[in-house]
Amino acid sequence: MSLTMAVTCQGHGDFCLDLACEIPATGVTAIYGRSGSGKSTLLDCIAGLRNPDAGKISYGDNDWFNGGKPTPPWERRIGYVFQDTRLFPHLTVQGNLDYAGKRAMGPCPMPKDELVSTLGLANLLSQTPDTLSAGQKQRVAIGRALLSAPRLLLLDEPLANLDQQASRECLALLQQLAQGLDLPMLYVSHDIEEVSQLADHLLLLEDGKLQDQGSMLEMSTRLDSRLAREEQAAAILLGEIEAQDNAFSLTQISVEGETLFVNHLDQPLGSQRRLRIPARDVSICLAKPEDSSILNILPVTIQEIETCHSARLLLRLALGEQHLLARITRKSAERLELQVGDKVFAQIKSVALLSEAEDRQ
Amino acid sequence: MLLSPTELDVIGLTAALAATTTLILLVLGTPLAWWLAHRRGSASAMVEAVVALPLVLPPTVLGFYLLLLLAPSTPLGQFWEQLTGTRLAFSFSALVIGSVIYSLPFVVQPLQSAFQNLPRGLLQAGATLGATRWDQFRSLVLPLTRRSFIAAASLGFAHTVGEFGVVLMIGGNIPGETQVLSIALYDKVETLRFAEAHRLAGGLVVFSLALLFLIYRNNGPAAWRVRI
Repeated sequence: MSLTMAVTCQGHGDFCLDLACEIPATGVTAIYGRSGSGKSTLLDCIAGLRNPDAGKISYGDNDWFNGGKPTPPWERRIGYVFQDTRLFPHLTVQGNLDYAGKRAMGPCPMPKDELVSTLGLANLLSQTPDTLSAGQKQRVAIGRALLSAPRLLLLDEPLANLDQQASRECLALLQQLAQGLDLPMLYVSHDIEEVSQLADHLLLLEDGKLQDQGSMLEMSTRLDSRLAREEQAAAILLGEIEAQDNAFSLTQISVEGETLFVNHLDQPLGSQRRLRIPARDVSICLAKPEDSSILNILPVTIQEIETCHSARLLLRLALGEQHLLARITRKSAERLELQVGDKVFAQIKSVALLSEAEDRQ
Repeated sequence: MLLSPTELDVIGLTAALAATTTLILLVLGTPLAWWLAHRRGSASAMVEAVVALPLVLPPTVLGFYLLLLLAPSTPLGQFWEQLTGTRLAFSFSALVIGSVIYSLPFVVQPLQSAFQNLPRGLLQAGATLGATRWDQFRSLVLPLTRRSFIAAASLGFAHTVGEFGVVLMIGGNIPGETQVLSIALYDKVETLRFAEAHRLAGGLVVFSLALLFLIYRNNGPAAWRVRI
């Protein structure tokens, strides 16, 4: 099953959303692009809150928009988490949740009590939205959307109005929900870090056009994608917790048979984690340095070299089936005489663990 | 008893007229205000102008035309006579028709501005949660604009109670049928019964003041919030 769409939708001024895509109805699909690239317009078209000028939108067997009378939003069974939460001010938290529950056209993906406790709403039920913090409001909004028993969950920059702490908590929650629920999600964001933590698939949007799409892990290291060109370009790798090094408070993570050390992480052995390795934190050595303070040094093969700047190059490095990015100066590349196919060592200055579900108070 | 039976009659009739008018105005005015709040263009501007007309016209102008319109010889007058077997002119029904037109802006305008100020996003959120348009209206629009509904109803009611010119033109002064408070008061002053006039006028001042006070108090911040 998938969400298929081909739409054109004239916006303000010159802006026009014009794209065709097929989005798998599993996992989290991120719609990534700068503000003004048409992400929210796209989401509104999917939700039925606005209708494209022409085109077709269907979800599985349901034609939502096909030239004729569009299916109204209330019959599409989508959940929508808005950036500005849009909680009903005249209802309490409980009232907001019940509003969705009463109108649900199917079983909620998670029992209500469990959802309330997962989202940490138990103590807030009798409060009105104007007494809640931004993070609390967004958690209520997520709960409300889920209680409407959606078959597809749309999230429009849900973390954009939150402070760092609240945003981290909320992200961890979304991750937990994405893993625990069998519910496809479309996640709109302009923040690549959020996207790389959550997304399985990625749609790149620019000026209303679909630039590129693919799996998140693959897209993050493709040199021809716009992601690689960004200042904070980073490779996303999948690793498995292999051992705990308690003496030094480190955790060993195995990626393609190689071992990476990261800050201690209290997670069961064997659990899978995403790692984010920024391209600017990776340097290249021809021989394995034995006297470096850097712990993470991996044997890799240079797969592609691309000039991204008059002074700098971007390398795509193969580590088994996965890939790293390295941004180095053209001068060093020339000095080391780097060629595609060379077996070299990647020194990694920093590894960020993603999916860090922090303890919530 | 402070008031004579005829005075009670007058007050009862006035209240009945105001209540009927308000009810009709809420039923007609709500969809009209909704339409005006969500349409842009010359059609809605024209309708808006027509709705606002009673605010600027002398009531006698309105009354004059209504009198012509409701006369037994007009199509409307004849239609009414066939339908009900009674004459429309100088009847309670004529007063209701006149009052509805006369008080229309007082109900439509607060509702229209409330609907315009209602965040569209909330209704969109309702729609994604499975609420149909009618459901959105009932579960979101009504509670969120409750204050404005109360204000609109109170203003419509109070304004109908206070009308004079239109009633005089189309209703005459038939006790028990069309003699409302403002006309009765005029009568009493004309016949120099000042003590009785004082009772009616004073009562009306107190009533209006109380009603307006309640409206403005109700308009305090966050009055729509559900308290628990």
